Amino acid sequence: MSTQHSKAAEQYLQHDAVVKRHDNTFFGVRQKRDRMAQALPEWEDLREAADRIKKHTTTHLADYLEEFEKNAMANGVHVHWAEDAEEYNRIVHDILTAHKVKKVVKSKSMLTEECHLNEHLEKAGIDVVETDLGERILQMMKLAPSHIVMPALHVHREEIGDTFRKLIPDFDEIARNYGQAHDDPNDPTFLTYVARMHLRQQFAEADAGMTGANFGIAATGDVVVCTNEGNADMSTSLPRLHIVSMGIEKLIPDYQAMGVFQRLLARCGTGQETTVYTSHFRGPRPGGEMHIVLVDNGRSSIIGNAEHWQTLKCMRCGACMNTCPVYRRSAGYSYTYFIPGPIGINLGMLRNPRKYHDNVSACSLCCSCDNVCPVKVDLSTQIYRWRQELDSLGQADSMKKTMSRGMSFLYNHPALYTFALRCSSMANWFGALMNSKKVNPWAYGHRMMKFPKKSFHQLWKEKKL
Amino acid sequence: MKIGLFVPCYVDALYPEVGVSTYRLLKSLGLDVEYPERQTCCGQPMGNAGFEHQAIPLAKKFDELFRPYDYVVAPSASCAAYVRCFHPHLLGKKAEDCEAAGKTTDLVEFLHDIIKVKELPARFPHKVSVHNSCHGVRELGLSSPSERNVPKFNKIIDLLQLVEGIEVVEPERPDECCGFGGMFAVEEQAVSARMGLEKLNRHIATGAEYITGPDSSCLMHMQGVAEKQGIRDIQFIHVAQILSAGL
Repeated sequence: MSTQHSKAAEQYLQHDAVVKRHDNTFFGVRQKRDRMAQALPEWEDLREAADRIKKHTTTHLADYLEEFEKNAMANGVHVHWAEDAEEYNRIVHDILTAHKVKKVVKSKSMLTEECHLNEHLEKAGIDVVETDLGERILQMMKLAPSHIVMPALHVHREEIGDTFRKLIPDFDEIARNYGQAHDDPNDPTFLTYVARMHLRQQFAEADAGMTGANFGIAATGDVVVCTNEGNADMSTSLPRLHIVSMGIEKLIPDYQAMGVFQRLLARCGTGQETTVYTSHFRGPRPGGEMHIVLVDNGRSSIIGNAEHWQTLKCMRCGACMNTCPVYRRSAGYSYTYFIPGPIGINLGMLRNPRKYHDNVSACSLCCSCDNVCPVKVDLSTQIYRWRQELDSLGQADSMKKTMSRGMSFLYNHPALYTFALRCSSMANWFGALMNSKKVNPWAYGHRMMKFPKKSFHQLWKEKKL
Repeated sequence: MKIGLFVPCYVDALYPEVGVSTYRLLKSLGLDVEYPERQTCCGQPMGNAGFEHQAIPLAKKFDELFRPYDYVVAPSASCAAYVRCFHPHLLGKKAEDCEAAGKTTDLVEFLHDIIKVKELPARFPHKVSVHNSCHGVRELGLSSPSERNVPKFNKIIDLLQLVEGIEVVEPERPDECCGFGGMFAVEEQAVSARMGLEKLNRHIATGAEYITGPDSSCLMHMQGVAEKQGIRDIQFIHVAQILSAGL
């Protein structure tokens, strides 16, 4: 009885110090988020408002999309529609080809991960450079993000130092220009300096800049991008071509709504009052071009899914991952979908349940995620619902199914149940067997419990209360 | 007021003393308590494992069996929460139309909110660390969830404070999951055991002699982990046993 997630998690858990660090780091982010939440008396009202705005927008999405397109076009922006990942990749590739782009700098975008844009462009000979520090580290190390907001928090600075020394061609020259003494070759301030100098070169050389979108504002056609490093601004201030990739669920009606989400996003995501940069893009810079690609890739079909449509409210703050006791102790790579944690379990199932059902086990149904979520996605209830669907997908674990059927039979026959209770203490005779994890999966982490001589049922019958 | 006592399957089989304590406690408060003998299980183990259809007949029986009672009281927050939050859906009813859902309570909330107990004759001169189980906190509202910006409260602690001689503490991360989660504990064995061990150590770090809570399932999990690891620094006791101490 195991899933790909449980097996990968078991491997991960062999490294005690790594697990402890991962758990403490992300629980620390959760605590920073808690302090932010406690500091605003109107916190729960904000969540309520965000929930209502998202529900409203999602159920009127077609109208808002048209309004957004109309306003963006009036601002001089080229708007494109992509039904799926393939069309999205083609549109971006075509725009870059038309501008003879050889190098593109990118700020963070989980949508491009979802559509595998980088691989697509690299195959076509275009140099794609991630400029979010975490994403850049992962790109150099050829690793995937392990978290949607802090994608490389699991990588230790020694590994980062080694990677920079090996892969940044002018590392030695940059290091020579670093004015401050440092004994540790992996001093964080030093490594950040190296990254900054390396990235500046990339910004200067790039022919195009790409950003994601945290929000699209229908009333004005604006796109809002939130970063802590200013890399989205650098990506769009140097190259003349700016391409925005935006999932259609990122839309909100107007700036009044923006005020609600602006207050929630960073507080929930990283425990900051706001991100260091909140950049509003309304149109192309003088002499430049701006394109927005609106991507569906399965989202519109989720709106019609009565049980799961509320996942579309998610604004990708990552708070559910930080609070999830399972995510913190199994880390991003234990999940088979590129987005881990509670929201990733759900999004993976919506993407392809046959392919990503292995993550559904990664939940103890503690419901903490439901309570941190700023837009009130009922994440744990949705995971519970997905579990109900595994059997009809042919993906239910056979041992679990047998156990469940056995329990159900027993519980549906009170006389048999009472008889079984009378015999239960006999299980104690098989102590060694019951404590073998080959026979009894409970014995993996537990010593088997001892059954008492008499059950409550028997005591009641014998009037021994 | 007629009370139907619900002693969930695993409490019945493994922790009869918890059922006995609950019964004695309710009787000592002068309540009319009956135990319908044909009760078995609320269906949660099957539902959480993904076989909800096998829980439907159990939900139906539960509804019928407890129809004669004004309240159903269970010494298990998680089972009471399953009846309240999931039975209406299992029976295809709205929450207000599902009779059992509306009147099923956990022992702690029953004593705290319905009977509004203000004094107890119990004496328990020990230091106890409170285990706030997930469904108790986030489905039944036995305490304020640490994620939310709401006024702080804890009904378990309120009741325990009525006991003479007791010292009540909470561990760090007071409402983080212990990793039981029903079938989760056997399907995600490694994560579950790790969560259990960490939770156990946080309870031990308080210096308490006992871990107490409203759910025997969490206690069973942590006790199993402790015994497997040879940890003998702390004992386990259900809240009902402390509140009824000396009866």
